[in-house]
Amino acid sequence: MEALLLVLTIPLVGGLLLAIWGDRPVGQDLNAAVSLLTLLAAGWLTSDIIRDGPLLVWGEWFFVDALNVFLVTLTAFVGFTTSLFSRPYMRVERDHGKMTPGRMRLFHSMYQLFNGMMLVALTTNNLGILWVAMEAATLTTVLLVSVYRTAASLEAAWKYFILCGVGIAQALFGTILLYMAAERAIGGGDSALLWTHLAAAKHLLDPGILSLAFVFLLLGYGTKVGLVPVHNWLPDAHAEGPTPISAVLSGLLLNVALYAVLRCKVLADGSLQNGLPGQMMIGFGLITVVTAAFFLSRQRDVKRMFAYSSIEHMGLMTFAFGIGGPVANFAGLLHMTVHALIKSAIFFAVGHAAQKAGSQLMDDIRGLLKVSPTVGWGLMLGSLAILGMPPFGVFASEFLILTTAMREVPWATPFLLVALGVAFAAIFSRVQPMVFGETSMRPLAHPPALLPVFIHLGLGLMLGLYIPPYLNDWYVQAARMIAGG
Amino acid sequence: MEALLAQSINLFAAVLLVLAFAMIAQRRILTLIHLFTLQGASLVAATLVVAYLTGQHHLYYSAVITFVLKVVLIPILLHRVIQRLNVRWDVETLFNIPTTMLIGIVLVIFAFNLAAPIASLSASIAHGTLGIALACVLLSFLMMIVRAKAVPQVIGFLSMENGLFFAATAATSGMPMIVELGIAFDVLVGILILGVFMFQIREQFDSLDIRHLEKLKDE
Repeated sequence: MEALLLVLTIPLVGGLLLAIWGDRPVGQDLNAAVSLLTLLAAGWLTSDIIRDGPLLVWGEWFFVDALNVFLVTLTAFVGFTTSLFSRPYMRVERDHGKMTPGRMRLFHSMYQLFNGMMLVALTTNNLGILWVAMEAATLTTVLLVSVYRTAASLEAAWKYFILCGVGIAQALFGTILLYMAAERAIGGGDSALLWTHLAAAKHLLDPGILSLAFVFLLLGYGTKVGLVPVHNWLPDAHAEGPTPISAVLSGLLLNVALYAVLRCKVLADGSLQNGLPGQMMIGFGLITVVTAAFFLSRQRDVKRMFAYSSIEHMGLMTFAFGIGGPVANFAGLLHMTVHALIKSAIFFAVGHAAQKAGSQLMDDIRGLLKVSPTVGWGLMLGSLAILGMPPFGVFASEFLILTTAMREVPWATPFLLVALGVAFAAIFSRVQPMVFGETSMRPLAHPPALLPVFIHLGLGLMLGLYIPPYLNDWYVQAARMIAGG
Repeated sequence: MEALLAQSINLFAAVLLVLAFAMIAQRRILTLIHLFTLQGASLVAATLVVAYLTGQHHLYYSAVITFVLKVVLIPILLHRVIQRLNVRWDVETLFNIPTTMLIGIVLVIFAFNLAAPIASLSASIAHGTLGIALACVLLSFLMMIVRAKAVPQVIGFLSMENGLFFAATAATSGMPMIVELGIAFDVLVGILILGVFMFQIREQFDSLDIRHLEKLKDE
């Protein structure tokens, strides 16, 4: 309970402090320190949950179980490593004159608030508060996407705001319908939107209302997940914002949005009993994977390309959770973890590479191995890992997803295989000349922070070879929970 | 008296819908803000009537929040923004109003069909108006799609929020207070950020035309 309090308050207090001191030189260290404290508190919370089981506190307003505690840890962890990465990255941006002291303050403060809002969204038991926190997390990042004030970044931020605003409005309509069903089943009042209450009475919820509600919730939160056809904001926001923001958007925000969909799916499944939510997720997931794979090969901007790769992987996870059942859910959760780790590692490497080249265009980034071998290897290994090469964790999860798909929805397998093949060809053929080849790039003024890259890749490697027993228990419990057991 | 008041909910709902149509067709930004304020006012009136008829206190608070936010604060902010940006008297050329209206009518029919099977399940006395609420949301969508300027797009966004608030009263006996407060807070922060944004866009492009914001494409 104290641990949860710390997890939720540290980022918010940190955000306020950084709103005052974020522009000082000490701001970057303070940012990293706040993130480290959040990570420690998250670790404490996790050990509590492993020891004592699910936690339901403060008038049942907050609920932590196997499903969200692992996402809390993941969020705090990637939040911390990204704050380490942003120290040298932002210093270089400041030297290039892209970041003024005011913008630095905005960046640091909003970064912490963003983390805080995601943690609130993950731990709240109230589906209304979940909506509010998701919207707040978007609002904190809108000004960060446009922080460089270039024409392209303004456009990206505007799209991000309007499209996500429309999406999240649909999710609100879905939440209203959910509340309407809850009023009929368990009576109204403050407790009617509590997920634990709804889950206990899910078979009483009216199927007609719930099917309509789930359509709106899936489309609404799906906008944030980056599902095709409501994904348009995602490549722009990733490409035009500062790279630390691209890393946390890809690694964390998309996961939190998918988490919201999962919570709603449990309720819809319990009420409908006909597998419709799962089929919808399979459909959306498959379209997303295939479309994103074909868009990948047409990109010239490196961050855009990896943004499309994120869309592809989110589609794959949606597909896996759509199949449902313990194995597919397990694979989906594992994929969520490794994708978050490896994609943020790639963005760290890409960020340094783009700073060296002075451009995000892949044609301008050449021969990274010659200038800085560590960045080059980070990018190469990260790309191989995200493309599903063994022995990295993505291989394990994609293998599980594919084998389950062959058994449950055989017709979908060829589409998935083709999409994965196209994605492989597209990304590998682009990354190879960026890493090898001749170069005229100069080294950077500040040594890049490569520790986070290799920590992430190492963890991704570990998850491919060996999943520790407690982590395994976690995934199994969470997978069973999502499957409605 | 009670029956008359119950009827008046339908009246306010109809006003909401008519205003949503009027906003789609309105070219002048200043009039658009007036229409938006009116829409907020009819939303407040509808909420007050429901609150009086059902005796639910939290709906009164909800009406107060809506009034402060949608009828006072946001219109004032919008007026100040258009004053400072000097677009007060701007007239926007719109693409084919009759076609847009026809699409709007199709959307309304669609919304009514979608809402019809579930509306009767609602516990609220305003359950007949769920279709209208959904229609308002979809019409605001349409408005955001067809508008090319930043301020009308934002008004479309806010008018969508109006539709959603109305849906909450039509489908349920009002969302829990804390959720409603949270939503109101998000809307307020959102509009402030959008205000900042409009100045940034203006500074960058010397215009508030969203068509400048269509450069990022996948070639």
